[in-house]
Amino acid sequence: MTSKNTPLLEIRGLCVSADDLEILKGVDFTVNTGEVHAIMGPNGSGKSTLVSVLAGKPEYTVTAGTVRYQGQNLLSLEPEMRARMGVFLAFQYPLELPGVRAWQFLKAAVDALRQHRGEEDMSARDFDRMLREKVKLVDIDPDLVKRAVNEGFSGGEKKRNEILQMAIMEPKLALLDETDSGLDIDALRIVSEGVNRLKNPANATVLVTHYQRILDYIAPDHVHVLLDGRIVQSGGPSLAMELEAKGYEWIREAVEASG
Amino acid sequence: MASSVTPPKSKAEPKVISRTSSDLDADYKWGFTIDIESEVIPKGLNEDVVRLISQKKGEPDWMLEWRLKAYRHWVKQDYREPTWANIQHPPIDYQDIIYYAAPGSKDDAPKSLDEVDPEILEAFDKLGIPLAERERLAGVAVDAVLDSVSVATTYQDMLEKAGIIFCPISEAIKNHPDLVKKYLGSVVPFADNFYAGLNSAVFSDGSFAYIPPGVRCPIELMTYFRINQADSGQFERTLIIADKGSYVSYLEGCTAPARKTNQLHAAVVELVALEDAEIKYSTLQNWFPGDKDGNGGVYNFVTKRGICKERNSKISWTQVETGSAITWKYPSVILKGDNSVGEFYSVALVNNFQQADTGTKMIHQGKNTKSTIVAKGISAGKGNATYRGLVKINSGAQGAKNFTQCDSLLIGDQCGAHTVPYIEVKNSSAQVEHEASTSKVSDDQLFYCQQRGISVEDAHYMIINGFCRDIFQELPFEFAMEAGQLLKVSLEGAVG
Amino acid sequence: MTQTATKISNYEADYQAIREQRAASNPAWLTQLGDQAWTRFTELGFPTARRGNERWKYTNVAPIANASFGLSSDLVAGSDHESELRRAAPWDDEWINLVFLDGRFSKVLSNLNASDSGNGRILVNNLAEAINSGAANLEQLLAKHVKFQEDGFAALNTAFLGDGAFVQVPDGSVLQSPVNLIYLTSTSNQPTVCYPRTLVAVGKGAQATVIESYVGIKSGALNPEYFTNAVTEISLAEGAILDHYRVVSEAKQAFHVGTSRISQGHDSVFSSASFAIGATLARNDFEVLLDGPGASCNLNGLYLTADAQHMDNLISIDHAQPHTSSQLNYKGILDGKSRAVFGGQVLVRKDAQKVSAHQSDKNLLLSSQAEVDSKPSLLIYADDVQCGHGATAGHVDKDSLFYLRSRGLDADTASRMLVHAFAREVIETVKVEPLKQFLDELFLEAIPETGLKLGGAA
Repeated sequence: MTSKNTPLLEIRGLCVSADDLEILKGVDFTVNTGEVHAIMGPNGSGKSTLVSVLAGKPEYTVTAGTVRYQGQNLLSLEPEMRARMGVFLAFQYPLELPGVRAWQFLKAAVDALRQHRGEEDMSARDFDRMLREKVKLVDIDPDLVKRAVNEGFSGGEKKRNEILQMAIMEPKLALLDETDSGLDIDALRIVSEGVNRLKNPANATVLVTHYQRILDYIAPDHVHVLLDGRIVQSGGPSLAMELEAKGYEWIREAVEASG
Repeated sequence: MASSVTPPKSKAEPKVISRTSSDLDADYKWGFTIDIESEVIPKGLNEDVVRLISQKKGEPDWMLEWRLKAYRHWVKQDYREPTWANIQHPPIDYQDIIYYAAPGSKDDAPKSLDEVDPEILEAFDKLGIPLAERERLAGVAVDAVLDSVSVATTYQDMLEKAGIIFCPISEAIKNHPDLVKKYLGSVVPFADNFYAGLNSAVFSDGSFAYIPPGVRCPIELMTYFRINQADSGQFERTLIIADKGSYVSYLEGCTAPARKTNQLHAAVVELVALEDAEIKYSTLQNWFPGDKDGNGGVYNFVTKRGICKERNSKISWTQVETGSAITWKYPSVILKGDNSVGEFYSVALVNNFQQADTGTKMIHQGKNTKSTIVAKGISAGKGNATYRGLVKINSGAQGAKNFTQCDSLLIGDQCGAHTVPYIEVKNSSAQVEHEASTSKVSDDQLFYCQQRGISVEDAHYMIINGFCRDIFQELPFEFAMEAGQLLKVSLEGAVG
Repeated sequence: MTQTATKISNYEADYQAIREQRAASNPAWLTQLGDQAWTRFTELGFPTARRGNERWKYTNVAPIANASFGLSSDLVAGSDHESELRRAAPWDDEWINLVFLDGRFSKVLSNLNASDSGNGRILVNNLAEAINSGAANLEQLLAKHVKFQEDGFAALNTAFLGDGAFVQVPDGSVLQSPVNLIYLTSTSNQPTVCYPRTLVAVGKGAQATVIESYVGIKSGALNPEYFTNAVTEISLAEGAILDHYRVVSEAKQAFHVGTSRISQGHDSVFSSASFAIGATLARNDFEVLLDGPGASCNLNGLYLTADAQHMDNLISIDHAQPHTSSQLNYKGILDGKSRAVFGGQVLVRKDAQKVSAHQSDKNLLLSSQAEVDSKPSLLIYADDVQCGHGATAGHVDKDSLFYLRSRGLDADTASRMLVHAFAREVIETVKVEPLKQFLDELFLEAIPETGLKLGGAA
């Protein structure tokens, strides 16, 4: 059971490999409810791997370490079980599901969540109503939910659709994998506002990004720098500014000098 | 203008055809047998059997003559079945089949529903096709065919008011000989192919529909075929004529008991669309597919063809093929009238040891004729699905257009998916396009669904349904619901 | 079977004569092979488009079967044909050029550029000489990939096997100059047949370019029919790379049946472009077996037919191993009352996972009496594959035509430009510059001048 002091997410010494290549080399990381964390790092540092492993993507192998979510061993759970327990991953590259209508997809997701919680399925009418509200909340084109999931969506539409799904599933732990990449400034603002609106003291957000830009809109409590599979530095919002100004090479040199 | 007839009030809940369960075969829930007395003629085929069938039906001489001509032609082929299809089966012993089986022991079919054996009514109830007046399906007139005879046709009174003829073909032969003489065999002549020849000689029953000029048929017409008798073949014959400016939507469903031996189903369907007329023909084919080890199941060797005989006519075939041990079937359209339109939408699913070689032929003869083919094949288990389709543009078909799309989805590594299109173009102004793809459900797609809390099994069904969506959209609502269900049942054990 | 008997008798005397010569001067295995092939031919006869024979569904070879073709008995006076040859076939003095006149190697016309072939490593030779000199591995290589047991034409060629080209590239060698093989048929007094045979073996990690050309003398008063029945066998060992070109530019009264079988080992790369023009009836039966993981092939083709010509391409790709890939891209231009047949067959065998296969057949019809029959089939028995195919048939795009005309081009010029552009896409795949130029001119010249009214009036 979760006590008040149990962190929402607690990662200890996490090592992960894929295709015999070690990607994460011992990550320690703790997230409490009500917090927003930003994980920054250059391409290939392992950011996406970290959040994908938390969501249970099959092609990764955890070679060492533990991940506890609400005090429970997260790594032993199937991906759908993690999702039902409130772990949400906004994909860097959302998949297209040809022919699968977004409406049907979202309803199935909500039904699965509710069944897990022992609640009855939502009626189509109630679901429609809820969907309309959420569509407004994240400011997306209502017609998108009538189309097949992500099929023929623009990059921006796909990213917004991820935020819509997040709004509907109301996760406790939202993992946003480079949700900002490829967005123009207007789309970035809309997506960020959506994320901010969904924030509350009972949930937490982990934001993976390459750029400081999105942090102008979503204020992080903690900023971590991931480099070559390790978190090499943690700090407050000012760390992001410093990174933006000095670049990742600066931190690499600093780490090497100290290390 | 189409005359209007008020359709019956709709009931709150749409009925689906497959809501019953059976203890005979856990996977094929339509596999029960109906316990009724049947009149059955001895196994085997010769001229006397053809005469006997004709006599049982009380047919006029011209009909018998036609059957005999067909039989004599068929005999000449010396049991040489077509061999070009991508299917395998042991030789069929045509002398080991019962060619006529009728429920009830009397020669005469029941005159009204009250006379139908309650056992039969109950069986159709169980299949989701209630025939009794107060329970019958809303908005659908049903001709229920059990083995060799039609047992009941609903809504006939209402259809009569609109001038629509919808009756068993055996009745049409007696009551509307001019129409039958004019059109029977006009689209599929008895010399067309081996199975069509056999059917022409021994066909027992089937449906006949005639929509008079300018009438838009107010309800769906449906024929439900049920094989019950063991060792019997089913050879139904359907003829639909849409006269000038008329419209009809016709549905066809079929099931059979789960039996260890294979049963032959060799039907012929002919459609005729005159000027400005439209026929929409939908099939849910759910004959017994055989068990998990490939024992039993129906050999579904069917010839379906329509002719857009006059200008601006349209024929549209939609089929969802989930049943049968072997399917050999190419619903086709001859586009004779200028500006006529042919469509073919198909989902063919094979699982376990099922084989399907199915597709269409679009024969463009008239000017500015258009055809669209969308075929989706799903292969699972050890099944093999082949799309085989011909697009033929004759030299006179100025401005003809065809678009073909064939997609295959593979589930598991023991199955096969094949695409064999034939494109024959004799007119330089034609535009013919063919596209095909073969893929499997990707791990990334599954993970995406899982990340939204959806189980792997549900994710599979969702993606497979999405794959078929273009086809299901073409089906009437109830049939579309049913089709989704059928896919799910048919794929049990293959996904997740 | 009586029908085949009479047709076969035409060849009987010639075969017995060949056999006698062979028994006297060639190794025994060759006589044996010939006998097997001849016997098989007498059983198979010529194929018919009978019910269920999908390989010959759209092509009727009765004109070949009914004619009486004999072996050319004329003495080869090669030098007479030199100027004709330069016009009719691709040529470059830098290449290794082997010329066969009426089925026989012509030393006079050939140019075996000693620099490349004479270094003792790469063997480019004519088959007759290789047979006579007792080339050790010939017995193992010949008729290994062509299944003459299943095909009447291949059986007939094997029975009459006498001369042709033998190209061997040893492991690790890189053959700098293209090997140019020209099979030239001269004019004769009566209908003649020849049986070119090409054998190419590319060793491990070796690399080569081979051009096969089949050409006929197009000028002269005498124009009897002739028949070229060619068989080509190509093997690529592990990691081998071969660029292969096949040019069929026979005379108008010619019949051409070419059977090519390519077998590819592990990680080998085979690129081919096939060009066909001319001939009354031409058949290109081309089959690639991807027999090692990582093997890939890229097959391009372009055919142009006019008058009453009949062109049949049957291209098969057999993905027998996982991680193999194929690209098939054929294009046809049809004029007059001609007919083109395209049969594409991609087979992905069970357990051949991670296969990628794409095929496309595009046809441009320039005349209202031309006909195209296309059958691009996919047969797939593995589940983790990326396969697709496309086929189109139609006339010159009206909008493009209008666009060009609105810029002042007349309809004929505009049409020719668009047809040429359509053809260019395939010609551009040719990596050997002089060959590319030769083909570009060949096709440009063949694009009909007139009769392109399609879409122009709209």
